[in-house]
Amino acid sequence: MSHDHHHPTGFKRWLYTTNHKDIGTMYLVFALIMFFVAGGMSLIFRIELFRPEHVFIQPEFYNQLITMHGIIMIFGVVMPAAAGLANWMIPPMIGAPDMALPRLNNWSFWLLPFAFLISLSTILMDGPTPNFGWTFYAPLSTTYGPKSTDFFIFSIHMLGLSSILAALNIAVTIINLRAPKMTWMKMPIFVWSWFITALILLAIMPVLAGGVTMMLMDRNFHTSFFEAAGGGDPILFQHIFWFFGHPEVYVLVLPAFGVISHVIPAFSRKKLFGYHMMVYATIVIAFLGFLVWMHHMFMTGAPIESQLFFMYSTMIIAVPTGVKVFNWVATMHKGSLTFETPMLFALGFLFVFTIGGVTGIMCALVPADYQYRGSYFVVAHFHYPLLATVMAIMAAIYFWLPKWCGNMYCESLGRWHFWLTLISVNLTFFPQHFIGLAGMPRRVPDYPLQFTDFNQISTIGAIVMGLAQLLFLYNIIKTVKRGKPAVERPWDGAKGLEWTLPSPMPYHSFETPPDDLDEH
Amino acid sequence: MSTKKKRSILYLLGGVLFMFGFAYMLVPLYTLVCKQLGINGRTTNTPTVLPSSIKVDPTRSIDVSFTATVHGNLGFIFKPLIHHVTVHPGEVKLVYYYAQNKSGKPLTVQAIPSITPDYTAKYFKKTQCFCFTQQYFFAGEKADMPVYFYIDPKLPKKTQAITLSYTLFDVSEHLKKSQAHYRRGRIDIQ
Amino acid sequence: MLGFARVGRFVARTLTFPVRSVKKLLGIVALVLFQLPVYAHSGFSSYWNMPRGVTSISHAIYHIHMVALWAGVVICVFVFSWMLFIFIRYRRSKGAVPSGVSEHLGVEIVWTIIPFVLLVVMAIPATRILFEIHDEAKPAMTIKVTGYQWKWSYEYLDQGVRFYSQIATPQAEINNQRVPSPNFLLEVDHPLVLPVGQKIRLLITSNDVIHDWWVPDLGVKQDAIPGYVNETWTKIDKVGTYRGECAELCGTYHGFMPIVVKAVSPAEFQQWLAKQKVVGGGKVGKSSKPSAPLSENALLTLGKKIYEKDCAVCHQTNGKGLPPTFPALKGSPIATGPVGPHLAIVIKGKKGTAMQAFSEQLQPQELAAVVTYQRHAWGNEAINKAKGHALVVHASDVTAAEG
Repeated sequence: MSHDHHHPTGFKRWLYTTNHKDIGTMYLVFALIMFFVAGGMSLIFRIELFRPEHVFIQPEFYNQLITMHGIIMIFGVVMPAAAGLANWMIPPMIGAPDMALPRLNNWSFWLLPFAFLISLSTILMDGPTPNFGWTFYAPLSTTYGPKSTDFFIFSIHMLGLSSILAALNIAVTIINLRAPKMTWMKMPIFVWSWFITALILLAIMPVLAGGVTMMLMDRNFHTSFFEAAGGGDPILFQHIFWFFGHPEVYVLVLPAFGVISHVIPAFSRKKLFGYHMMVYATIVIAFLGFLVWMHHMFMTGAPIESQLFFMYSTMIIAVPTGVKVFNWVATMHKGSLTFETPMLFALGFLFVFTIGGVTGIMCALVPADYQYRGSYFVVAHFHYPLLATVMAIMAAIYFWLPKWCGNMYCESLGRWHFWLTLISVNLTFFPQHFIGLAGMPRRVPDYPLQFTDFNQISTIGAIVMGLAQLLFLYNIIKTVKRGKPAVERPWDGAKGLEWTLPSPMPYHSFETPPDDLDEH
Repeated sequence: MSTKKKRSILYLLGGVLFMFGFAYMLVPLYTLVCKQLGINGRTTNTPTVLPSSIKVDPTRSIDVSFTATVHGNLGFIFKPLIHHVTVHPGEVKLVYYYAQNKSGKPLTVQAIPSITPDYTAKYFKKTQCFCFTQQYFFAGEKADMPVYFYIDPKLPKKTQAITLSYTLFDVSEHLKKSQAHYRRGRIDIQ
Repeated sequence: MLGFARVGRFVARTLTFPVRSVKKLLGIVALVLFQLPVYAHSGFSSYWNMPRGVTSISHAIYHIHMVALWAGVVICVFVFSWMLFIFIRYRRSKGAVPSGVSEHLGVEIVWTIIPFVLLVVMAIPATRILFEIHDEAKPAMTIKVTGYQWKWSYEYLDQGVRFYSQIATPQAEINNQRVPSPNFLLEVDHPLVLPVGQKIRLLITSNDVIHDWWVPDLGVKQDAIPGYVNETWTKIDKVGTYRGECAELCGTYHGFMPIVVKAVSPAEFQQWLAKQKVVGGGKVGKSSKPSAPLSENALLTLGKKIYEKDCAVCHQTNGKGLPPTFPALKGSPIATGPVGPHLAIVIKGKKGTAMQAFSEQLQPQELAAVVTYQRHAWGNEAINKAKGHALVVHASDVTAAEG
């Protein structure tokens, strides 16, 4: 029976909703808006970087832009987008009617715009906005930090709380609400990926909260956690931050892994290769991710024993990651492939992620890191897996949009979007490897003349990338408003409970748990 | 709400609270690990008593250098009066730093030590040091600041040189009540 | 709309086949690169790759970097050719039917073991090089490197020489008002001069926030952390000038605190050293001879030069600064107030801010000149005259204020 005649419409609907589909939509719309905000910031500073000398922004503003770009992309784009995918897809995938804690779900979302409003409001305050990089090292952010830093810290607390509550919800949902026949090892792999992600989040966000609280206390209550003067240690900040920061990158990428593990089998018309190994590999990656944080600190004067331990532990992560890449390719091997837009983006993910993984191994080698660290080589390295994640999220949106809104997106626009994005991502970030190796440090608004050409190519790439995303926006809006109606299973190779529901999914689905799991 | 659901929530929330506490636990844990493993190049801020059983090792000579940094444009002159000494492990040596408050107002400062190579911090023992306490200086005041130290004979054989560095910080924001107006452990110069 | 759809279909058909778009991409790249680089041989020594450098450590680092790079290329070629093969062979449009297995323990073991072995093979030389980097053999001399917002200071500990080294690129070049010189952003007023062939120990620390001392040609990088001293070393094989930059975000002008190392023969080094102990200029410690008082005009000329070199980067050529971080000097209460506090803040700096104690870097004559200039420029002269504050400061006043 439909309960549609009860729920409100308009603004109140979105403010009060506890429906996982509505909340999923809000997360995704929020992420898309923030994608353009943070992307716009990057276009501004990429234009500044078009010439070696000053172009049009001052160094102080430049530092503020790169800080906000990083924070917004991580906490305002990738994490909310992944949460949006989780909200929309986890309950249908496990045959549940909604998330385990629907009201908490609403709060988890609404904390986000509130937190970003606080962060962005610092622009209107007297004095600089946060200008110390998204990694906000002490003492630059504590003793030498501007007044707005306290608001920044408060904003981080809100973001962390939102993530913790969302992760709690997701974990409890997956533990308790699976369909009767769905044992752990029959769970869709996107659900596995998010389950592990949720556990990582529950472990690391409180550590970040502790770290920023210590910052707040140092700044306002004369403690000296990170200040040598009072017996503290700036390096302690880096340990606490990266203990959060490294597993955080797995939080960003694991949901993407989950998406790819659904898209590739669907368009290869073949079951995911090595399901068990894929689950184990994900667990191993998550576990090892807690043991590598000091590879961000190799140059802090670390003793050789620490450098060696963290070099080895970092290198080892390549093994389970490689297993996953090979398994994805093996899934396609001897399959029957078609190349619709979701598949294109999934393949784009594989290409971009593999390059990023390879430069990661290079960075793990400590002697080589003596030349890479703090240079554009690192910037190039980390943007590869990050943009791969973004491409995976795009794959997910093209893949599941028919299910969400009941209409098919425009395929040719999707292909334009894909090719422009793939080419521009490489145009933007591949040259950055060269300038990093040649000696350009990161987080600088101007640079020695030697680096001009590659910086110019990178800027052009960034502009193309930005423009290409407008195609994406247009496609989404056009599809939702007047796309061609979609069938229940628009992708003939796709399997899973979500594909047994009508397109669009009804507002309430699986109010009784399903019996059949629609497996390969 | 089902009991199973309640239980999941409780366990997971418990984990969250534990990790928050873990972050704060990292603070003393960090100091402990650094001290135990002897890394981080930080010597202790408490005096060591010279053990009566200590034997000077005449076969080894360690080159100890001294350097000083004044932090953050503090109006102080702060420098070692002697730049190098050669010591045998186990032998107690006295060196002096010189400090003068040229900022024009009274200040309380603290010298924070740093040793390199970092693993030698465990073996560099100070029996008396101006760095153990905060130091109060009137405007214009000068003082010679002594450090009595010895090197533990257990110092690894590969070490030939050690550098002790002090950074002088203004600690007006972190005044220790017990050390208010402390002017001990130094020789004031007229 | 119809036309768009047709173009879209045409493009979609042509562009879905990977190889053709790769050719297109190469075409674009070639076109861009054909634009001859105007600045190719300036500043840093390399363009595409890490420099081999001029020390045994930089050579070793280059070597392990190339090993890792080739390993990466091999992995990428393997994965991407396999993918390419699949795209061609297993397309549904070519009639492929899904027929492969979804599990194979043997192959999973193989592609777990082989990467693991590859990693061990890379870890062994990496470990060996790391031990070389941490070598503790006795050095010929020790240099203490201190990072400041936003410059470096170098102290030759055994020789009693110390000086500041700050960016010498003129503001006009940075502000796009003049064509940049070849070593744009990589030139300093006082380079670090070192003898070749001798082991130099570097003690690295900071005066304020975390910086990072990096010279790619030497293969040296180490964080400069306040309250800590980090130790590293270098032994330069070849005479030459080697440039580097700060590699840790340290505030507004992080990109404007370069490093220049001038490696010379040991004999030339001794000559240079002897000169440092006698002459002033950028070094801490007062010059032994008192300077003759200058005329007001001479003070203003010298003052303007010093201002552009040392003050304009924060307070701007037009004196407007970047409030609140860098206060304006034009019409400021200090520059248009009594001389005492103005002299005091320039001499002693301001604790907890980036305003340095310039008595450490400038001679009394230079301090007098720059303070005089500030009290005249941007209309301050009229305000000072109206309020009856002194307009001219002499070297003797500075010496007296320094105490």
